[in-house]
Amino acid sequence: MAGRLYTKTHEWLIVDGKSVTVGISDFAQAQLGDVVFLELPNAGRKLEAGESFGVVESVKAASDLYAPVSGRVTAVNDKVAGKPELINSDPYGDGWILKLELTGELPKDLMDEATYKQLTESQA
Amino acid sequence: MVDFGGWELPQQYTSIRDEHLAVRRVAGLFDISHMGRFRVTGDGAFDFLQQLLTNDLSRISYGRAQYNLMCNPQGGILDDLVVYWGEEGFFVVVNAANREHDLDWMRSHAPAGVQIEDRTLELSLIAFQGPRAEELLPATGIDDLPYFGFRPAEVAGVSALVSRTGYTGEDGFEIFIPAAHVVAVWDAILENGSGHGVLPAGLGARDATRLEAALRLYGNDMDETVNPYEAGLGWTVRLDKGAFVGGDALAQVKREGPKRTLVGLKTSPGDIARHGATVLCQGRPVGNVTSGTHSFFLGHPIALAMVEVASLRVGETAAVDVRGRQASAEVVQLPFYRGSARSAAAPAKA
Repeated sequence: MAGRLYTKTHEWLIVDGKSVTVGISDFAQAQLGDVVFLELPNAGRKLEAGESFGVVESVKAASDLYAPVSGRVTAVNDKVAGKPELINSDPYGDGWILKLELTGELPKDLMDEATYKQLTESQA
Repeated sequence: MVDFGGWELPQQYTSIRDEHLAVRRVAGLFDISHMGRFRVTGDGAFDFLQQLLTNDLSRISYGRAQYNLMCNPQGGILDDLVVYWGEEGFFVVVNAANREHDLDWMRSHAPAGVQIEDRTLELSLIAFQGPRAEELLPATGIDDLPYFGFRPAEVAGVSALVSRTGYTGEDGFEIFIPAAHVVAVWDAILENGSGHGVLPAGLGARDATRLEAALRLYGNDMDETVNPYEAGLGWTVRLDKGAFVGGDALAQVKREGPKRTLVGLKTSPGDIARHGATVLCQGRPVGNVTSGTHSFFLGHPIALAMVEVASLRVGETAAVDVRGRQASAEVVQLPFYRGSARSAAAPAKA
């Protein structure tokens, strides 16, 4: 199992074989502020890399969520849907959003921790 | 940190939710030093303000504050503000984004003998708001201060001017302190309250609490194109007090009746109607959302909307645009929440 990867749109993913777990980064949750609602897809939906699959609504604004890879939704975190503040309190743990079954290759522009850190430091 | 009228302010210190709930249940401390503070002095100061503002200053006296509006000759709202009548003359506290424009406007209308001084940078302003504010403010001489009262008092050992006013719907105080002492007073208030759940509160909590209390925000719920009757602030317009800027136009609006009005909307969790969102009644657009947020305290989103008069009544169901779809919205009575503010002394609603 590889380390956590990141997208330019601030989703994180962990790839374990064909299974990909997706959430939003600590930087993103801090920028959004208190999350109050998540609009999420149903299990079974097929997503293309870069496709908007849901909305995270914070007190400040609504932001789209984008699929980091192409795949089929195998699980949605019901716990975070019912308790959206988990996105703020535990973005890399209980705040995971969904799991995908990877179809195709990983996009080339995914970032590792160090590269993502550089990106967020330039945006902070 | 966000830019707010040229001032860098925190959206939250820790969490908007925690700060919001602290204000509703205990007390929260806000830094509102971004707001403009002018001192108006001179023999003609009373008459000058009486002719420039919509409310009737003769209804208050020395030691009291009054919510007031400044309008243009067409009756559009230039700013909403609070006038504090103290021993040093009048203090006028205005919105941060309007500070320079207000100062120019006031100076251009001031007769000889009236001085208007911008004291914003020398005199800091903090607000301590919540049901336990009186108990938890380390100050002497405030327990018998009436709602909208204003007087000198010692806060954390520092001489300050204290008013029983606020922008949250809760009981509480606004404290004017020389800028050199504000950090010490700020720290002392937080230290005194830390074991009781007092928190420093940022702009996010300020916006949520003011919206629950249906207190209007200049630039969102009103601006120069909105008159006081439309904003539901007709109670601040005293047409019988004599001539004032905008008075003739406002008398006409009152005779004919306003064409628009502010209403309160309640939506389902997740359906936050944002500023500008279209409000529909049976498929027909009737207006737009002026302010909307999620209320952690009430557990659902709330919004103010400026709509055609009589298009929506309390209890009816409307629709509002949320992320490109029409969400159901219930028209509810304002305010959304009535806090511990001493409403007995508050002016009656228009």
